[in-house]
Amino acid sequence: MTIRLLLVISLTALLFGCSSDKVKDDAPAAVEDLTSQQANTGGTEDSNAQAYGTDDSSTSGFSQLDDPQSPLSVRVIYFEYDSSEIRSEYRSAIEAHAAYLSQNADTTITLEGHADERGSREYNLALGERRAQSIKQQMLLLGASSSQIRLVSYGEERPEVDGHDEASWQQNRRVEILY
Amino acid sequence: MKAMFKLLIAGLMFVSLQAQAVLDIKITQGIEQALPIAIVPFSWSQAGSVAPVDLTKVITDDLKRSGRFDVMDDLDLPQRPTEFDAINFNDWRKLGMENILIGNLTQTENGDYDVSFRLIDVYRGKQIAGFRIPAKPNLLRRVAHQISDIVFEKLTGTAGAFDTRVAYITVKKVKNKKIHTLQIADADGYNAQILLESPEPLLSPAWSPNGKKIAYVSFEGRNSAIYVQDILTGKRERVAAFEGINSAPDWSPEGSRLAMTLSKDGNTEIYIMSLHSKSLTRMTNHSGIDTEPTWSPDGRKLAFTSDRSGGPQIYEMDIRGGRPKRVSFEGNYNVRPAYSPDGKFITLVHAVNGSYHIGLLDLSNGYINTLTNAKLDESPSFAPNGGMIIYATTGVRGAQLAAVSTDGRIHQRLGLQQGDVREPAWGPFLK
Repeated sequence: MTIRLLLVISLTALLFGCSSDKVKDDAPAAVEDLTSQQANTGGTEDSNAQAYGTDDSSTSGFSQLDDPQSPLSVRVIYFEYDSSEIRSEYRSAIEAHAAYLSQNADTTITLEGHADERGSREYNLALGERRAQSIKQQMLLLGASSSQIRLVSYGEERPEVDGHDEASWQQNRRVEILY
Repeated sequence: MKAMFKLLIAGLMFVSLQAQAVLDIKITQGIEQALPIAIVPFSWSQAGSVAPVDLTKVITDDLKRSGRFDVMDDLDLPQRPTEFDAINFNDWRKLGMENILIGNLTQTENGDYDVSFRLIDVYRGKQIAGFRIPAKPNLLRRVAHQISDIVFEKLTGTAGAFDTRVAYITVKKVKNKKIHTLQIADADGYNAQILLESPEPLLSPAWSPNGKKIAYVSFEGRNSAIYVQDILTGKRERVAAFEGINSAPDWSPEGSRLAMTLSKDGNTEIYIMSLHSKSLTRMTNHSGIDTEPTWSPDGRKLAFTSDRSGGPQIYEMDIRGGRPKRVSFEGNYNVRPAYSPDGKFITLVHAVNGSYHIGLLDLSNGYINTLTNAKLDESPSFAPNGGMIIYATTGVRGAQLAAVSTDGRIHQRLGLQQGDVREPAWGPFLK
């Protein structure tokens, strides 16, 4: 983790030509930002998408997939009850993942669909798949290719949280993006 | 890659969990007009030793659990006859007792057993039923359940379902890892046996019509796949592992085909697979969710869940194909259909104001009768006599099994000693 953080710092320094002092100041903020990442991505949508479009990670051994500042760090998309509609706040993250896939043709991902525990297990299995499917469709429209995306649904069988209330259910209605 | 995972198929060795019941069944609500019956302790030929099975207790528990019988307390018995001629009818009439069950357990010369019993109508002073059943030692509990079935049928007019089995899934956490098992047990919770143990989810067990095999969904291959397992040998076959979802198996009434849900062609659709040739017939074609197919008892129709009209509802279609017809209209969430044995009703999960109940859909008029009132009830399955529905209910203690009579008057709760238990499937009558 520490090594990765250092890489982030040094790469940021290379890219933006910042003074080393300033980079050090920025570093803790970058880590803390993880929690508010989702909320931030909406506002910085365009600049983020461009920034990662021009970055080539393969030469440095550092992957932008590990950058907590990147919209690529959004790996879980949450859904409303009995819905597979993608909320607008996730658009930039899905765009970034699609862009990454189109630039890295050898990379494959798994979209793992989940549902909350309410209702029947079999219907929820289908619902989990449809959620993953709707993200896949978006990614295909944005340049990813079908062979790069594998779908799997676990329905309600693998909850993120075990509780039986709305707070838990919210966290369980999700698609996980797995590289 | 996570650490290697082991699959344990226990059918061959028949891992018996423990001698006592694993599922503890308690009746939580009975009916007022329960039938009075007295069960006199059966005689035992080897009086110096303890009988291998307390038949009287097994029968008493069965009848009490059904909620339809008021079994006389042992201490209140006015006499303890074990032969017809020893019955003093006046003693029983004075107490208002209408029916008496008496019997004998005899060990034969070769070490097997003979069970004989008589069910007697006190007011007419006549025998209603009387049988002698030979039994191997390991089948004595079954004989007791068979006696319960006969008593139930003679006195209520409908077949009993005591001599049946139930399949279900258990989940428990061991050191932060979940262990899933597929188990079967007698309908009274005894003789629980593990058929499969897996670190990955298991769901949707479905009995073959002859009760010899179980189809189920396992995620052991990091995706859903349908397996068919022989209960006695433990031998199993993976019958569907296509790309996407492979789930919701249900046997055709004659046992040669499985209806199932596959998403290999884009999204979830209903298919019928011939188990012999493995050939597939696609039954639905819609961009919405189509799943949970279930065969009508006459084999002519499939009911299934579809959200083609918006929310999930129940549809029926002819097995020869054609346009599915929507059959559920009450409420905006109806899923997991299963036909009653007479084909006139469908039990389902019916959501009302954010609570998920077990409902009974009357196919003659479309009316849904809500049978349960917890918040998270699911996977209803009819007893083969159509009298009770077993289902899973989730509460503060996790997931448990419960059962309700189709008239909604009798409620039972079946608790597992540890962990969650869910996805119950009531097996067919044992032949």
